Amino acid sequence: MKVKLNKDYLLALVAVVLGLIAGAILIAITGNNPLEGYFYLFRGGLMNIQRIGDTLATATPLILTGLSVAFAFKTGLFNIGAAGQMLIGGLCATAVGLSLDCSKPILLTLVVLSAILGGALWGAVPGYLKARFNVHEVVSSIMMNWIAYWAVYYIVPAYFKGQFLETESRKIPAAASLKVDWLMNLFNGSYINLGFFLAVIAVIVIAFILNKTTFGYELKAVGYNRFAAESAGIIANQSILLSMVLAGALAGLGGAAFYVGYASNIQIGVSPSQGFDGIAVSLLGLNSPWGVLFAAIFFGVLQSGKGFMNAMTSIPPEIADTIIATIIYFAATNILIERAWERLRKRKNKGSALKKDLKVDKVGGAE
Amino acid sequence: MWDIIVQIFPYAIAYTIPLLLTALGGLYSERSGVVNIGLEGLMVVGFFGGALAISKLEAFLPGTAIWIGLLAAIIVGGLFALLHAFASINLNANQVISGTAINMIAGSLTIFLARHITGSGNIRIVHGLIRNDIPGLSQIPVIGKLFFTQTYATTWLSIAILLFSWFLLYKTAFGLRLRACGEHPQAADSAGVNVYRMRYIAVMTSGALAGLAGAVILVTYSGEFNGSVSGLGFLALAALIFGQWKPLGILGATFFFGLASTIANVSQAVPSLAQIPGIILKCFPYVVTLIVLVMFSKNSQAPKADGEPYDKGKR
Repeated sequence: MKVKLNKDYLLALVAVVLGLIAGAILIAITGNNPLEGYFYLFRGGLMNIQRIGDTLATATPLILTGLSVAFAFKTGLFNIGAAGQMLIGGLCATAVGLSLDCSKPILLTLVVLSAILGGALWGAVPGYLKARFNVHEVVSSIMMNWIAYWAVYYIVPAYFKGQFLETESRKIPAAASLKVDWLMNLFNGSYINLGFFLAVIAVIVIAFILNKTTFGYELKAVGYNRFAAESAGIIANQSILLSMVLAGALAGLGGAAFYVGYASNIQIGVSPSQGFDGIAVSLLGLNSPWGVLFAAIFFGVLQSGKGFMNAMTSIPPEIADTIIATIIYFAATNILIERAWERLRKRKNKGSALKKDLKVDKVGGAE
Repeated sequence: MWDIIVQIFPYAIAYTIPLLLTALGGLYSERSGVVNIGLEGLMVVGFFGGALAISKLEAFLPGTAIWIGLLAAIIVGGLFALLHAFASINLNANQVISGTAINMIAGSLTIFLARHITGSGNIRIVHGLIRNDIPGLSQIPVIGKLFFTQTYATTWLSIAILLFSWFLLYKTAFGLRLRACGEHPQAADSAGVNVYRMRYIAVMTSGALAGLAGAVILVTYSGEFNGSVSGLGFLALAALIFGQWKPLGILGATFFFGLASTIANVSQAVPSLAQIPGIILKCFPYVVTLIVLVMFSKNSQAPKADGEPYDKGKR
């Protein structure tokens, strides 16, 4: 088991390296120095305590959407609807934050809970349609994304219109924000907020559910083989519904972390990119909660460092997204790397017989 | 009411055509057994390729530049789809993840390159296609006014592609083989069909058609590459399922989306529509899709082996 785990992590690392190499080639094509570009990219994400705080704040929604996608994946579901769930979570959080007036601990609890509930509801619809009618969750989630997009588009200007702009909500009061003074002071005034701790707690809770509880075991069993799970007495439909509800709840919490933590209002006409990036995070993190945490922080470095890189060089900031996308392609095609790896290992095991092997390979040609 | 319909009809058609082409692309791919969720990204690639070609050429070759641009979009779309074909056919990769990677790469890479080329990330073309009335046919009462006035040449091209696709998939041996690969690849293989080759052809065709659709957006109603086709590729995917993986069904589904979106877009200008809240008009197509999916769920016509990597050893 341990050997297998190591190999999986190694494959993920190889995908990262290949993605960075592809990015370097692109930077070189546009006539820039790749090493210089990467230097500024990572420097921009990590050069001082404030930048590190910003990186963690950027990573926070990614941790949660990544966790959402990974969790659904364990039950064999592809949650492409994290963007919509995040939007609704953010809308609910903003609505509660702007409507209620009470002390910070109570208000913040309500804000976060409402975001979780909103996301859970948005995840429950594709989950129910999948469980009850076997409607493919990818298509129904995409429809839910659009409904969320237009819901925000019309509800925000109608009820929470901003002071200056029609296209955003009013700023939420400090009492409803996940930003707290002591944390910002600790990180020299960065964007970091309580959302990061919520995300880490979510990672721990999800890891516990998946690895230590009967419920988690049932979810994974349905993911491996729905029919085998059913014949063992697990109600697969119930697992599917609950899995999507929890995935939606996680993405909804991500919405709170983004709209009332990182930002302080919600804009209309923008679908959060963290929804799709969550898929990338989940894939690179091998769908494991801790893997998601590290993958999200890595992508957070790229996302928060790209502005600095763009300011210092003439490399377009989209290089960060291109690198992430390329990493995902390499992660999806890692069977290619795996084959090469297996071949290499076989040769190593034979040790002195290496030369002989090579000859055999040549004679045998492509198998 | 009639006036309104006549007025918005050309817009509905213009909006329908890219959807139709993309969904037809998806039809080829899924009929051969490969789910292509990367249609959105492939549209963006065609959008970019077309914009780049036209913006570079239109100074020397006014008029023909547009057609070269459409051809360029077909080619880059088809080539880009190779990434998805390789991952899902040769490497048995998860097709949904591979498609998602295609979307992400296309979305970021094209803006990256466009920003490098133009600085702003947008590529503008000066001349788009011009709408024409079809001589003679446009004089027919009722129909003439709806279908044969103010049309784009690409619309007729797309209709031709639709008819050709129907003929190819349902009336030729090639089409039967392609569909067999999506229903039961092992059986197709044992009948002497090269499943890998068929699926490659199908996925590349889907990329070519999605690429063409992206360029059609450019030369008809957009006029500027901006790095996104705002979810049309996903909508085309939904239309494919809505249309139950059949050419005519797809035509109906895409036209429904085109009309519904156009109505939602012009609702502010039409008094009788302005009373309906915008949120209902905008969400209408998506809610209807969900309902239709539920209705079709009992006897879905999805290709049996859709999304499954071909495993020679499996029976």
